[in-house]
Amino acid sequence: MRVLRTTALSVRYRPRALTASVACLVLAFAAMVITLGSGDYRIPPGEVLRTLAGGGTVADHFIVVQLRLPRVVTALLVGGALALAGAAFQSLVRNPLGSPDMLGFTEGAATGALVVVVAGGSSLALAGGAMIGGVATGVGVYALAWRRGVHGYRLILTGIGVSAILSGVNGYLMTKAQLMDAARAMLWLTGSLDGRGWSDVVPLAVAMVVLVPVVVAGCGRALHIIEMGDDVARALGISVERVRLMTLAAAVLLTSFAAAAAGPVSFVALTAPQLARRLTRAPGPNLIPSMLLGSVLLTCADLVAQHAVPGRQLPVGVVTGVLGGGYLIWLLAAGRRAGRI
Amino acid sequence: MSATAPPQTPETISATPRARPPGAVRLSRGAGLIVAAGLLLAVAVLSICLGAKSLSLADVWHGLSDPGSASYTVVHQMRLPRTLLGLLVGLALGLAGAVMQALTRNPLADPGLLGINAGASAAVVTSIWLFGIGTFDGYIWFALGGAAIATTAGYLVGGGRSATPVRLALAGAALNATLFSYVSVAMLLDSASLEAMRFWTVGSLANATPSTVVRVLPFVAVGLVLALGLARPLNALALGEDSARALGSRPTAVRAVAIVAVTLLCGAATAACGPIVFVGLMVPHVVRTITGPDLRWLLPYCAVLAPVVLLGADVLGRILARPGEIQVGVVTSVVGGPVFLYFLRRAKAVRA
Repeated sequence: MRVLRTTALSVRYRPRALTASVACLVLAFAAMVITLGSGDYRIPPGEVLRTLAGGGTVADHFIVVQLRLPRVVTALLVGGALALAGAAFQSLVRNPLGSPDMLGFTEGAATGALVVVVAGGSSLALAGGAMIGGVATGVGVYALAWRRGVHGYRLILTGIGVSAILSGVNGYLMTKAQLMDAARAMLWLTGSLDGRGWSDVVPLAVAMVVLVPVVVAGCGRALHIIEMGDDVARALGISVERVRLMTLAAAVLLTSFAAAAAGPVSFVALTAPQLARRLTRAPGPNLIPSMLLGSVLLTCADLVAQHAVPGRQLPVGVVTGVLGGGYLIWLLAAGRRAGRI
Repeated sequence: MSATAPPQTPETISATPRARPPGAVRLSRGAGLIVAAGLLLAVAVLSICLGAKSLSLADVWHGLSDPGSASYTVVHQMRLPRTLLGLLVGLALGLAGAVMQALTRNPLADPGLLGINAGASAAVVTSIWLFGIGTFDGYIWFALGGAAIATTAGYLVGGGRSATPVRLALAGAALNATLFSYVSVAMLLDSASLEAMRFWTVGSLANATPSTVVRVLPFVAVGLVLALGLARPLNALALGEDSARALGSRPTAVRAVAIVAVTLLCGAATAACGPIVFVGLMVPHVVRTITGPDLRWLLPYCAVLAPVVLLGADVLGRILARPGEIQVGVVTSVVGGPVFLYFLRRAKAVRA
């Protein structure tokens, strides 16, 4: 732990965490430039940078800024939002499995989306349905788990229960849809960044501008202390329940906005915080490194998804699923204990 | 999930003991089992009688015995196979859940945990996508193979002999993620897979034919015998590795047999009607409040009461959505979920 002091303020930071975060930023930027330059019409990295800076030809400008940039920005934001929500959750429930996927919020968002699909709604309505479903599930899980406070373990169990109910409902909705609609729903459920435009970016960007400071500045230090145990945190003057509610609300909103933009992309929320902890070797929730790492993961995953199968674009959720599963298997096979259990 | 928690009564979801109301009859565990069997018979009769076209008991009797009667085809080709399959699948899931919970000392263990469902799903989608197999009888062998491979892999990745509940849960999650990604690729790239899988993954008894029942029966029978034989050794194992050795049991052998039993039971059940959730998770918990943790009672009770739950759910799905039906897997999750949550709320304070 180092402290940077000026006359007016001081900032505490960990050198290793800072290095990791900067490395993630650089990686994310590199992945972004490569993605912007790749596709049917290739543009060398130098040209991409020049175009982004406002130069370049008119054609390059159209392709990079109008066609490809929204997709990459969506990937960066969705990855960051999911990873940040995941880090907050895992810290909150003191369990590396405490991701939004496990707690049923993604399942709830999927239910909302599927209801719209079966009813034959538009893409915009689908995103709205996902939002409403995710938030409603979040509120429901919290209310069900509440008994003189919300305990981390009971929250997970409640999430699993609710998740299972909703997956039954989702399966039923899938059988009720027309085949075409089912295919559309399947694509959405897997998580895809295909054809994302600026209209998908704006709501998520606004949400992140509001929510990231809430989580990082408002709850970060409190979460750090709550990890030592509720009683210790209370003794140190932290209102545990209030922090929990705030963190949970912010994380549910982040997850829902991310799902509305790209569908419930699996595993980023679960793996990014775990990887970040290994990189920074810092205690606590590692919120900022997790977020940056999530952005890197999703951008790289999308790059792979676009070029893995020649002639076909896979949805990004398939790649994160395979990578996430592979990572977990490696984690176990390497015989390491999976973090805080 | 603390590995050090006393395994017999997962304190997460044990109901608080209550004073019995005055006048309540207390049955012995043996008598209770007979009552449970009576329940099962009643539900089975309902399952044969009720459906899109309801049959009276007389109709059913004629349908069973008289090949010339109007209801003969309905009873023999549809209702009876469906009821028998529900019975076998329910029994398999309940037993498998109870054995898994005892084996992994994980109160949340169910067939989804070790990636069994994911393995079966991946194998089934492969059979459709790459081999163009379109019949349920054709899936069975694939699903069984997939379930067996996934269970073994899950167990090995989860640490084999040194597996802890959390490691097993992680291994299951890892397998689920990887395999379900593959399943979704198939469903996205191949519309035939999508069409078949979206109905299969829900979990339904609607496609039961006499041949399905015949195919599933041997697996479930062997699994049942193995599971019941495991009652005592698993009881000993619940005391902990060292105590079990001291009592003369061989933990490694017990675990291996248990894995085989669970694979046979879940694999056959999943192959026959898709992944059905919650029955394997819930029934052992509810039963434990009746019998206590002794597996010699727990397992037989699960074997009788789990089919009651499954057939009940199936009948409910047929009544609610006449003349169509709601798949049994949907009913078990929508009804089983709240029951699970209710237990959770009644539970004593859970420890992290």
